[in-house]
Amino acid sequence: MNDILLGLAEAARRVVTLDPDLVEITRLSMAVTLSATAIASLIGLPLGAWIAVHRFRARRLVIAILNALMGLPPVVVGLFVYVLFSRSGPLGVLGLLFTPTAMVIAQVIIITPIVASIAHQAVRDLWADYHDLLISLHASRWQRIGALLWDGRRALMTASLAGFGRAIGEVGAIMIVGGNIDHSTRVLTTAIALETGKGNFDLALALGFVLIALAVLVNLAIHYGTRTERSSRW
Amino acid sequence: MKLVKALLPIALAAFTATAGLAETMKMSVTTSFANSGLAEVLLPEIEKDTGITVELLVVGTGQALELGANGDVDTVLVHSRAAEEKWLAEGNGTHRREIMYNDFIVVGPAADPAGAHSAATAADAFAAIATAQAPFVSRGDDSGTHKAELKLWKAAGVEPTGDWYKAVGQGMGAALNTAAGLDAYIFSDRATWLSFENKAGLELLFEGDPALFNQYAYLPVSPTKYPHVKAAAAEQLEAWLTSDKAKELINGYQIAGQQLFNFNATSE
Repeated sequence: MNDILLGLAEAARRVVTLDPDLVEITRLSMAVTLSATAIASLIGLPLGAWIAVHRFRARRLVIAILNALMGLPPVVVGLFVYVLFSRSGPLGVLGLLFTPTAMVIAQVIIITPIVASIAHQAVRDLWADYHDLLISLHASRWQRIGALLWDGRRALMTASLAGFGRAIGEVGAIMIVGGNIDHSTRVLTTAIALETGKGNFDLALALGFVLIALAVLVNLAIHYGTRTERSSRW
Repeated sequence: MKLVKALLPIALAAFTATAGLAETMKMSVTTSFANSGLAEVLLPEIEKDTGITVELLVVGTGQALELGANGDVDTVLVHSRAAEEKWLAEGNGTHRREIMYNDFIVVGPAADPAGAHSAATAADAFAAIATAQAPFVSRGDDSGTHKAELKLWKAAGVEPTGDWYKAVGQGMGAALNTAAGLDAYIFSDRATWLSFENKAGLELLFEGDPALFNQYAYLPVSPTKYPHVKAAAAEQLEAWLTSDKAKELINGYQIAGQQLFNFNATSE
Protein backbone atom coordinates (compact mmCIF):
# COMPACT_ATOMS: atom_id res chain seq x y z
CA MET A 1 0.00 0.00 0.00
CA ASN A 2 2.86 2.31 0.88
CA ASP A 3 4.42 1.74 -2.55
CA ILE A 4 1.18 2.79 -4.23
CA LEU A 5 1.02 6.06 -2.29
CA LEU A 6 4.71 6.71 -2.97
CA GLY A 7 4.05 5.94 -6.63
CA LEU A 8 1.18 8.41 -6.79
CA ALA A 9 3.29 11.10 -5.13
CA GLU A 10 6.21 10.39 -7.44
CA ALA A 11 3.92 10.51 -10.49
CA ALA A 12 2.47 13.84 -9.38
CA ARG A 13 5.92 15.28 -8.71
CA ARG A 14 7.24 14.26 -12.14
CA VAL A 15 4.19 15.48 -13.99
CA VAL A 16 4.14 18.83 -12.19
CA THR A 17 7.85 19.46 -12.72
CA LEU A 18 7.62 18.20 -16.33
CA ASP A 19 10.50 15.81 -15.68
CA PRO A 20 12.44 15.76 -19.01
CA ASP A 21 12.92 11.97 -19.00
CA LEU A 22 9.23 11.44 -18.37
CA VAL A 23 8.27 13.86 -21.14
CA GLU A 24 10.63 12.12 -23.56
CA ILE A 25 9.39 8.57 -22.97
CA THR A 26 5.76 9.69 -22.82
CA ARG A 27 6.13 11.47 -26.14
CA LEU A 28 7.64 8.38 -27.75
CA SER A 29 4.94 6.16 -26.26
CA MET A 30 2.30 8.40 -27.80
CA ALA A 31 4.10 8.72 -31.14
CA VAL A 32 4.58 4.97 -31.53
CA THR A 33 1.11 3.97 -30.37
CA LEU A 34 -0.81 6.67 -32.26
CA SER A 35 1.07 5.84 -35.47
CA ALA A 36 0.42 2.12 -34.97
CA THR A 37 -3.27 2.80 -34.23
CA ALA A 38 -3.63 5.02 -37.30
CA ILE A 39 -2.00 2.46 -39.60
CA ALA A 40 -3.88 -0.47 -38.04
CA SER A 41 -7.15 1.49 -38.47
CA LEU A 42 -6.39 2.25 -42.11
CA ILE A 43 -5.89 -1.48 -42.71
CA GLY A 44 -8.26 -2.99 -40.17
CA LEU A 45 -11.43 -0.89 -40.57
CA PRO A 46 -11.86 -1.37 -44.34
CA LEU A 47 -10.78 -5.00 -43.99
CA GLY A 48 -13.41 -5.63 -41.32
CA ALA A 49 -16.08 -3.88 -43.41
CA TRP A 50 -15.08 -5.75 -46.54
CA ILE A 51 -15.37 -9.10 -44.79
CA ALA A 52 -18.79 -8.09 -43.45
CA VAL A 53 -20.14 -7.08 -46.86
CA HIS A 54 -18.40 -9.47 -49.20
CA ARG A 55 -19.43 -13.13 -49.43
CA PHE A 56 -16.63 -15.44 -50.39
CA ARG A 57 -15.74 -19.07 -49.86
CA ALA A 58 -13.06 -18.72 -47.17
CA ARG A 59 -14.97 -16.04 -45.25
CA ARG A 60 -15.56 -18.15 -42.15
CA LEU A 61 -11.94 -19.21 -42.09
CA VAL A 62 -10.72 -15.61 -42.43
CA ILE A 63 -12.99 -14.49 -39.58
CA ALA A 64 -11.85 -17.38 -37.41
CA ILE A 65 -8.20 -16.54 -38.10
CA LEU A 66 -8.75 -12.83 -37.36
CA ASN A 67 -10.41 -13.64 -34.06
CA ALA A 68 -7.68 -16.08 -33.15
CA LEU A 69 -4.98 -13.54 -34.01
CA MET A 70 -6.46 -11.19 -31.40
CA GLY A 71 -4.83 -13.45 -28.83
CA LEU A 72 -1.40 -13.35 -30.48
CA PRO A 73 1.27 -13.25 -27.74
CA PRO A 74 3.22 -10.00 -28.18
CA VAL A 75 6.52 -11.74 -27.45
CA VAL A 76 5.99 -13.97 -30.48
CA VAL A 77 5.24 -10.95 -32.66
CA GLY A 78 8.32 -9.22 -31.25
CA LEU A 79 10.51 -12.20 -32.01
CA PHE A 80 9.04 -12.50 -35.50
CA VAL A 81 9.72 -8.83 -36.27
CA TYR A 82 13.19 -9.13 -34.71
CA VAL A 83 14.13 -12.09 -36.91
CA LEU A 84 12.77 -10.24 -39.94
CA PHE A 85 14.71 -7.02 -39.31
CA SER A 86 17.84 -8.45 -37.70
CA ARG A 87 21.01 -7.74 -39.66
CA SER A 88 21.20 -11.43 -40.40
CA GLY A 89 17.51 -11.53 -41.38
CA PRO A 90 15.82 -10.94 -44.75
CA LEU A 91 15.10 -7.22 -44.17
CA GLY A 92 18.25 -6.51 -42.17
CA VAL A 93 19.68 -4.12 -44.77
CA LEU A 94 16.95 -1.61 -43.91
CA GLY A 95 18.58 -1.08 -40.52
CA LEU A 96 15.20 -0.69 -38.83
CA LEU A 97 15.85 -2.85 -35.77
CA PHE A 98 15.94 -0.94 -32.48
CA THR A 99 14.13 2.06 -34.00
CA PRO A 100 10.64 3.43 -33.27
CA THR A 101 9.65 2.31 -36.78
CA ALA A 102 10.23 -1.33 -35.87
CA MET A 103 8.15 -0.79 -32.73
CA VAL A 104 5.30 0.61 -34.83
CA ILE A 105 5.48 -2.38 -37.19
CA ALA A 106 5.26 -4.83 -34.27
CA GLN A 107 2.31 -2.99 -32.78
CA VAL A 108 0.49 -2.82 -36.11
CA ILE A 109 0.77 -6.61 -36.37
CA ILE A 110 -0.56 -7.00 -32.84
CA ILE A 111 -3.54 -4.65 -33.06
CA THR A 112 -4.73 -4.89 -36.69
CA PRO A 113 -6.60 -8.18 -35.99
CA ILE A 114 -8.34 -6.52 -33.03
CA VAL A 115 -9.37 -3.47 -35.02
CA ALA A 116 -10.52 -5.59 -37.98
CA SER A 117 -12.40 -8.05 -35.80
CA ILE A 118 -14.35 -5.42 -33.86
CA ALA A 119 -14.98 -3.44 -37.07
CA HIS A 120 -16.30 -6.58 -38.70
CA GLN A 121 -18.80 -7.16 -35.88
CA ALA A 122 -20.01 -3.56 -35.97
CA VAL A 123 -20.35 -3.34 -39.73
CA ARG A 124 -22.07 -6.71 -39.94
CA ASP A 125 -24.85 -5.52 -37.64
CA LEU A 126 -25.20 -2.28 -39.58
CA TRP A 127 -25.16 -4.13 -42.91
CA ALA A 128 -28.17 -6.17 -41.78
CA ASP A 129 -30.10 -2.87 -41.45
CA TYR A 130 -28.73 -1.21 -44.59
CA HIS A 131 -28.67 -4.18 -46.92
CA ASP A 132 -31.98 -3.61 -48.76
CA LEU A 133 -31.52 0.14 -49.00
CA LEU A 134 -27.99 0.02 -50.43
CA ILE A 135 -28.84 -2.79 -52.84
CA SER A 136 -31.89 -0.88 -54.13
CA LEU A 137 -29.73 2.20 -54.67
CA HIS A 138 -27.41 0.08 -56.84
CA ALA A 139 -24.45 1.12 -54.70
CA SER A 140 -21.16 -0.45 -55.80
CA ARG A 141 -19.32 -2.62 -53.33
CA TRP A 142 -16.89 0.12 -52.36
CA GLN A 143 -19.71 2.67 -52.09
CA ARG A 144 -21.49 0.27 -49.75
CA ILE A 145 -18.35 -0.15 -47.65
CA GLY A 146 -17.85 3.61 -47.63
CA ALA A 147 -21.42 4.27 -46.48
CA LEU A 148 -21.21 1.60 -43.79
CA LEU A 149 -17.86 2.85 -42.51
CA TRP A 150 -19.19 6.41 -42.31
CA ASP A 151 -22.49 5.57 -40.62
CA GLY A 152 -20.83 3.12 -38.29
CA ARG A 153 -18.05 5.51 -37.38
CA ARG A 154 -18.80 5.58 -33.66
CA ALA A 155 -18.64 1.81 -33.34
CA LEU A 156 -15.53 1.84 -35.50
CA MET A 157 -13.96 4.38 -33.20
CA THR A 158 -14.37 1.81 -30.44
CA ALA A 159 -12.47 -0.63 -32.64
CA SER A 160 -9.61 1.84 -33.04
CA LEU A 161 -9.61 2.71 -29.35
CA ALA A 162 -9.48 -0.99 -28.44
CA GLY A 163 -6.41 -1.23 -30.65
CA PHE A 164 -4.92 1.86 -29.03
CA GLY A 165 -5.56 0.40 -25.59
CA ARG A 166 -3.75 -2.82 -26.37
CA ALA A 167 -0.84 -1.01 -28.03
CA ILE A 168 -0.19 1.63 -25.36
CA GLY A 169 0.13 -1.00 -22.65
CA GLU A 170 2.14 -3.47 -24.68
CA VAL A 171 5.65 -4.35 -23.50
CA GLY A 172 6.73 -7.80 -24.72
CA ALA A 173 7.11 -7.03 -28.42
CA ILE A 174 8.53 -3.52 -28.24
CA MET A 175 11.06 -4.63 -25.63
CA ILE A 176 12.51 -7.05 -28.18
CA VAL A 177 12.35 -4.94 -31.35
CA GLY A 178 12.93 -1.57 -29.70
CA GLY A 179 15.53 -2.70 -27.18
CA ASN A 180 14.49 -0.18 -24.49
CA ILE A 181 17.43 2.07 -25.44
CA ASP A 182 17.63 5.18 -23.27
CA HIS A 183 16.85 8.40 -25.20
CA SER A 184 16.08 6.39 -28.32
CA THR A 185 13.48 3.64 -27.98
CA ARG A 186 12.50 3.73 -24.31
CA VAL A 187 8.76 4.09 -23.80
CA LEU A 188 6.55 4.07 -20.71
CA THR A 189 5.95 0.31 -20.62
CA THR A 190 9.58 -0.70 -21.13
CA ALA A 191 10.67 1.87 -18.55
CA ILE A 192 8.21 0.31 -16.10
CA ALA A 193 9.69 -3.13 -16.74
CA LEU A 194 13.19 -1.70 -16.21
CA GLU A 195 12.38 0.06 -12.94
CA THR A 196 10.58 -3.03 -11.64
CA GLY A 197 13.76 -4.99 -12.38
CA LYS A 198 15.72 -2.51 -10.31
CA GLY A 199 13.29 -2.94 -7.42
CA ASN A 200 12.27 0.71 -7.85
CA PHE A 201 8.61 -0.02 -7.28
CA ASP A 202 7.50 3.54 -6.53
CA LEU A 203 8.97 4.91 -9.77
CA ALA A 204 7.57 1.94 -11.74
CA LEU A 205 4.12 2.58 -10.28
CA ALA A 206 4.46 6.31 -10.96
CA LEU A 207 5.08 5.56 -14.63
CA GLY A 208 2.11 3.19 -14.55
CA PHE A 209 -0.15 5.96 -13.27
CA VAL A 210 1.08 8.28 -16.01
CA LEU A 211 0.30 5.54 -18.54
CA ILE A 212 -3.25 5.11 -17.25
CA ALA A 213 -3.83 8.86 -17.18
CA LEU A 214 -2.56 9.13 -20.74
CA ALA A 215 -4.90 6.39 -21.98
CA VAL A 216 -7.87 8.07 -20.28
CA LEU A 217 -6.92 11.46 -21.75
CA VAL A 218 -6.64 10.10 -25.28
CA ASN A 219 -10.02 8.39 -24.99
CA LEU A 220 -11.63 11.52 -23.60
CA ALA A 221 -10.03 13.69 -26.27
CA ILE A 222 -11.31 11.46 -29.04
CA HIS A 223 -14.82 11.26 -27.61
CA TYR A 224 -14.82 15.01 -27.20
CA GLY A 225 -13.29 15.61 -30.62
CA THR A 226 -15.85 13.43 -32.37
CA ARG A 227 -18.73 14.65 -30.19
CA THR A 228 -19.95 11.26 -29.04
CA GLU A 229 -21.49 10.33 -25.71
CA ARG A 230 -23.33 13.63 -25.38
CA SER A 231 -26.64 13.49 -23.62
CA SER A 232 -28.57 15.07 -26.48
CA ARG A 233 -27.38 12.66 -29.12
CA TRP A 234 -26.92 8.92 -29.48
CA MET B 1 -10.40 9.20 -36.19
CA LYS B 2 -10.21 12.89 -36.99
CA LEU B 3 -8.06 13.46 -33.96
CA VAL B 4 -5.82 10.53 -34.79
CA LYS B 5 -5.25 12.01 -38.21
CA ALA B 6 -4.56 15.39 -36.70
CA LEU B 7 -1.98 13.89 -34.34
CA LEU B 8 -0.22 11.79 -36.94
CA PRO B 9 2.09 14.55 -38.25
CA ILE B 10 3.13 15.28 -34.68
CA ALA B 11 3.87 11.62 -34.17
CA LEU B 12 5.97 11.49 -37.33
CA ALA B 13 7.82 14.64 -36.32
CA ALA B 14 8.73 12.98 -33.03
CA PHE B 15 10.36 10.14 -34.97
CA THR B 16 12.59 12.34 -37.06
CA ALA B 17 13.57 14.23 -33.93
CA THR B 18 14.91 11.05 -32.33
CA ALA B 19 17.13 10.25 -35.32
CA GLY B 20 20.07 12.52 -34.60
CA LEU B 21 23.24 12.87 -36.65
CA ALA B 22 25.87 12.42 -33.92
CA GLU B 23 27.93 9.23 -34.04
CA THR B 24 26.08 6.51 -32.19
CA MET B 25 26.92 2.88 -31.67
CA LYS B 26 25.09 0.02 -30.05
CA MET B 27 26.46 -2.18 -27.29
CA SER B 28 24.60 -5.09 -25.75
CA VAL B 29 25.40 -5.39 -22.06
CA THR B 30 24.32 -7.60 -19.20
CA THR B 31 21.65 -6.43 -16.81
CA SER B 32 24.16 -6.31 -13.96
CA PHE B 33 26.20 -3.63 -15.75
CA ALA B 34 23.19 -1.38 -16.34
CA ASN B 35 21.14 -2.12 -13.21
CA SER B 36 24.12 -1.36 -10.96
CA GLY B 37 24.06 2.24 -12.15
CA LEU B 38 27.63 2.19 -13.46
CA ALA B 39 26.42 2.75 -17.03
CA GLU B 40 24.87 6.06 -16.04
CA VAL B 41 28.26 7.19 -14.74
CA LEU B 42 30.34 6.01 -17.68
CA LEU B 43 28.17 6.82 -20.70
CA PRO B 44 28.05 10.63 -20.30
CA GLU B 45 31.86 10.66 -19.84
CA ILE B 46 32.35 8.50 -22.93
CA GLU B 47 30.19 10.89 -24.91
CA LYS B 48 32.13 13.88 -23.60
CA ASP B 49 35.56 12.42 -24.34
CA THR B 50 34.99 10.58 -27.61
CA GLY B 51 31.84 12.15 -29.06
CA ILE B 52 30.31 8.68 -29.31
CA THR B 53 26.80 8.11 -28.01
CA VAL B 54 26.66 4.53 -26.80
CA GLU B 55 23.17 3.05 -26.96
CA LEU B 56 22.75 0.18 -24.52
CA LEU B 57 20.70 -2.94 -25.07
CA VAL B 58 20.30 -4.36 -21.62
CA VAL B 59 19.75 -8.11 -21.79
CA GLY B 60 21.16 -11.34 -20.34
CA THR B 61 24.57 -12.60 -21.48
CA GLY B 62 22.98 -15.22 -23.72
CA GLN B 63 20.86 -12.71 -25.60
CA ALA B 64 23.66 -10.12 -25.61
CA LEU B 65 25.95 -12.52 -27.46
CA GLU B 66 23.10 -13.55 -29.77
CA LEU B 67 22.50 -9.91 -30.77
CA GLY B 68 26.22 -9.65 -31.56
CA ALA B 69 26.18 -12.90 -33.54
CA ASN B 70 23.30 -11.51 -35.62
CA GLY B 71 25.14 -8.25 -36.28
CA ASP B 72 22.51 -6.18 -34.50
CA VAL B 73 24.98 -4.47 -32.16
CA ASP B 74 28.51 -3.16 -32.71
CA THR B 75 30.04 -4.57 -29.57
CA VAL B 76 29.23 -6.71 -26.55
CA LEU B 77 30.12 -6.37 -22.85
CA VAL B 78 29.36 -9.56 -20.91
CA HIS B 79 30.65 -11.90 -18.22
CA SER B 80 30.76 -15.57 -19.10
CA ARG B 81 34.15 -16.67 -20.32
CA ALA B 82 33.20 -20.07 -21.75
CA ALA B 83 30.30 -18.61 -23.76
CA GLU B 84 32.47 -15.70 -24.93
CA GLU B 85 35.20 -18.00 -26.19
CA LYS B 86 32.70 -20.18 -28.03
CA TRP B 87 31.20 -17.03 -29.56
CA LEU B 88 34.66 -15.88 -30.72
CA ALA B 89 35.48 -19.32 -32.12
CA GLU B 90 32.35 -19.08 -34.27
CA GLY B 91 33.82 -16.00 -35.93
CA ASN B 92 31.39 -13.49 -34.43
CA GLY B 93 33.93 -11.11 -32.95
CA THR B 94 37.46 -9.80 -33.34
CA HIS B 95 38.86 -10.37 -29.87
CA ARG B 96 38.15 -10.46 -26.14
CA ARG B 97 39.45 -7.73 -23.82
CA GLU B 98 39.03 -7.97 -20.07
CA ILE B 99 37.81 -4.72 -18.53
CA MET B 100 36.85 -5.21 -14.90
CA TYR B 101 35.44 -7.67 -12.43
CA ASN B 102 33.02 -7.78 -9.59
CA ASP B 103 31.96 -10.77 -7.57
CA PHE B 104 28.96 -12.95 -6.99
CA ILE B 105 27.37 -13.38 -3.61
CA VAL B 106 24.84 -15.70 -1.99
CA VAL B 107 21.81 -13.88 -0.66
CA GLY B 108 19.11 -15.44 1.44
CA PRO B 109 16.58 -15.05 4.26
CA ALA B 110 18.01 -13.34 7.34
CA ALA B 111 17.14 -16.42 9.47
CA ASP B 112 19.38 -18.54 7.18
CA PRO B 113 17.65 -21.93 7.72
CA ALA B 114 20.27 -23.74 5.60
CA GLY B 115 23.23 -22.26 7.47
CA ALA B 116 24.87 -20.90 4.30
CA HIS B 117 26.53 -18.14 6.29
CA SER B 118 28.88 -20.52 8.12
CA ALA B 119 29.90 -22.49 5.00
CA ALA B 120 33.63 -22.63 4.21
CA THR B 121 33.31 -22.32 0.43
CA ALA B 122 30.64 -21.24 -2.04
CA ALA B 123 30.15 -24.87 -3.08
CA ASP B 124 29.60 -25.82 0.56
CA ALA B 125 27.01 -23.07 0.92
CA PHE B 126 25.19 -24.41 -2.13
CA ALA B 127 25.35 -27.96 -0.77
CA ALA B 128 23.89 -26.76 2.54
CA ILE B 129 20.97 -25.08 0.73
CA ALA B 130 20.28 -28.25 -1.27
CA THR B 131 20.45 -30.44 1.85
CA ALA B 132 18.01 -28.17 3.69
CA GLN B 133 15.76 -28.12 0.60
CA ALA B 134 15.48 -24.39 1.28
CA PRO B 135 13.75 -22.42 -1.52
CA PHE B 136 16.30 -21.17 -4.05
CA VAL B 137 15.51 -18.83 -6.95
CA SER B 138 17.59 -19.36 -10.07
CA ARG B 139 17.86 -16.91 -12.98
CA GLY B 140 17.35 -19.83 -15.37
CA ASP B 141 17.87 -17.53 -18.38
CA ASP B 142 21.23 -18.63 -19.77
CA SER B 143 22.80 -15.42 -18.46
CA GLY B 144 26.37 -15.14 -17.17
CA THR B 145 25.10 -15.24 -13.60
CA HIS B 146 23.00 -18.31 -14.34
CA LYS B 147 25.98 -20.07 -15.88
CA ALA B 148 28.15 -19.23 -12.87
CA GLU B 149 25.42 -20.57 -10.59
CA LEU B 150 25.21 -23.86 -12.51
CA LYS B 151 28.97 -24.23 -12.25
CA LEU B 152 28.72 -23.97 -8.47
CA TRP B 153 25.97 -26.61 -8.26
CA LYS B 154 28.28 -28.88 -10.20
CA ALA B 155 31.15 -28.11 -7.81
CA ALA B 156 28.82 -28.88 -4.91
CA GLY B 157 27.91 -32.22 -6.51
CA VAL B 158 24.21 -31.37 -6.51
CA GLU B 159 21.71 -31.73 -9.34
CA PRO B 160 19.39 -28.79 -8.58
CA THR B 161 15.89 -30.15 -9.10
CA GLY B 162 12.77 -30.29 -6.99
CA ASP B 163 10.16 -27.97 -5.57
CA TRP B 164 12.72 -25.93 -3.67
CA TYR B 165 14.59 -24.95 -6.86
CA LYS B 166 12.71 -22.27 -8.78
CA ALA B 167 14.10 -21.23 -12.17
CA VAL B 168 12.31 -17.99 -13.06
CA GLY B 169 13.92 -17.28 -16.45
CA GLN B 170 14.21 -13.56 -15.83
CA GLY B 171 16.75 -10.80 -15.28
CA MET B 172 18.66 -10.29 -12.04
CA GLY B 173 16.28 -7.65 -10.71
CA ALA B 174 13.13 -9.64 -11.44
CA ALA B 175 14.72 -12.75 -9.92
CA LEU B 176 15.65 -10.77 -6.78
CA ASN B 177 12.05 -9.54 -6.57
CA THR B 178 10.89 -13.16 -6.69
CA ALA B 179 13.40 -14.22 -4.03
CA ALA B 180 12.28 -11.33 -1.80
CA GLY B 181 8.67 -12.44 -2.20
CA LEU B 182 9.45 -16.09 -1.41
CA ASP B 183 12.08 -15.38 1.27
CA ALA B 184 14.34 -17.63 -0.79
CA TYR B 185 18.07 -18.01 -1.38
CA ILE B 186 19.47 -16.54 -4.57
CA PHE B 187 22.81 -16.21 -6.32
CA SER B 188 23.40 -12.62 -7.38
CA ASP B 189 26.14 -10.32 -8.55
CA ARG B 190 27.17 -7.87 -5.86
CA ALA B 191 26.52 -4.75 -7.94
CA THR B 192 22.86 -5.48 -8.63
CA TRP B 193 22.31 -6.58 -5.02
CA LEU B 194 23.77 -3.38 -3.54
CA SER B 195 21.73 -1.11 -5.77
CA PHE B 196 18.57 -3.23 -5.48
CA GLU B 197 15.88 -1.39 -3.58
CA ASN B 198 13.44 -4.13 -2.60
CA LYS B 199 15.63 -6.25 -0.29
CA ALA B 200 12.69 -7.10 2.05
CA GLY B 201 13.83 -9.89 4.44
CA LEU B 202 16.92 -10.85 2.42
CA GLU B 203 20.53 -10.49 3.54
CA LEU B 204 23.97 -11.09 2.11
CA LEU B 205 24.95 -14.49 3.57
CA PHE B 206 28.06 -15.65 1.77
CA GLU B 207 30.88 -13.84 -0.03
CA GLY B 208 34.61 -13.78 -0.65
CA ASP B 209 35.32 -17.21 -2.20
CA PRO B 210 37.64 -16.83 -5.26
CA ALA B 211 35.20 -19.12 -7.10
CA LEU B 212 32.78 -16.17 -7.05
CA PHE B 213 35.01 -13.96 -9.20
CA ASN B 214 33.05 -12.41 -12.11
CA GLN B 215 35.07 -11.08 -15.04
CA TYR B 216 33.56 -8.64 -17.54
CA ALA B 217 34.97 -8.64 -21.05
CA TYR B 218 34.54 -6.39 -24.07
CA LEU B 219 34.02 -8.12 -27.42
CA PRO B 220 33.71 -6.10 -30.65
CA VAL B 221 31.57 -7.70 -33.35
CA SER B 222 33.56 -8.85 -36.37
CA PRO B 223 33.53 -6.30 -39.26
CA THR B 224 34.56 -9.17 -41.55
CA LYS B 225 31.29 -10.96 -40.83
CA TYR B 226 29.20 -7.77 -40.74
CA PRO B 227 30.75 -4.90 -42.79
CA HIS B 228 28.16 -2.44 -41.45
CA VAL B 229 29.37 -2.57 -37.82
CA LYS B 230 31.04 0.56 -36.52
CA ALA B 231 34.45 -0.98 -35.96
CA ALA B 232 36.29 2.35 -35.60
CA ALA B 233 33.89 3.53 -32.91
CA ALA B 234 34.12 0.15 -31.18
CA GLU B 235 37.92 0.53 -31.15
CA GLN B 236 37.67 4.04 -29.74
CA LEU B 237 35.31 2.82 -27.04
CA GLU B 238 37.68 0.00 -26.14
CA ALA B 239 40.53 2.48 -25.80
CA TRP B 240 38.39 4.60 -23.50
CA LEU B 241 37.19 1.64 -21.40
CA THR B 242 40.79 0.56 -20.78
CA SER B 243 42.06 4.10 -20.08
CA ASP B 244 43.17 5.59 -16.77
CA LYS B 245 40.05 7.70 -16.71
CA ALA B 246 37.83 4.61 -16.94
CA LYS B 247 39.92 3.00 -14.21
CA GLU B 248 39.32 5.96 -11.92
CA LEU B 249 35.57 6.04 -12.60
CA ILE B 250 35.03 2.28 -12.34
CA ASN B 251 37.08 1.86 -9.16
CA GLY B 252 35.54 4.98 -7.67
CA TYR B 253 31.94 3.93 -8.26
CA GLN B 254 30.36 3.19 -4.91
CA ILE B 255 26.94 2.38 -3.54
CA ALA B 256 26.39 2.62 0.21
CA GLY B 257 30.12 3.11 0.70
CA GLN B 258 31.04 -0.12 -1.09
CA GLN B 259 33.12 -0.40 -4.22
CA LEU B 260 31.22 -2.45 -6.82
CA PHE B 261 33.66 -3.06 -9.65
CA ASN B 262 37.43 -3.54 -9.87
CA PHE B 263 39.11 -2.31 -13.02
CA ASN B 264 41.62 -4.89 -14.30
CA ALA B 265 42.22 -4.12 -17.98
CA THR B 266 45.85 -4.41 -18.98
CA SER B 267 47.41 -2.16 -21.59
CA GLU B 268 48.17 -4.03 -24.77
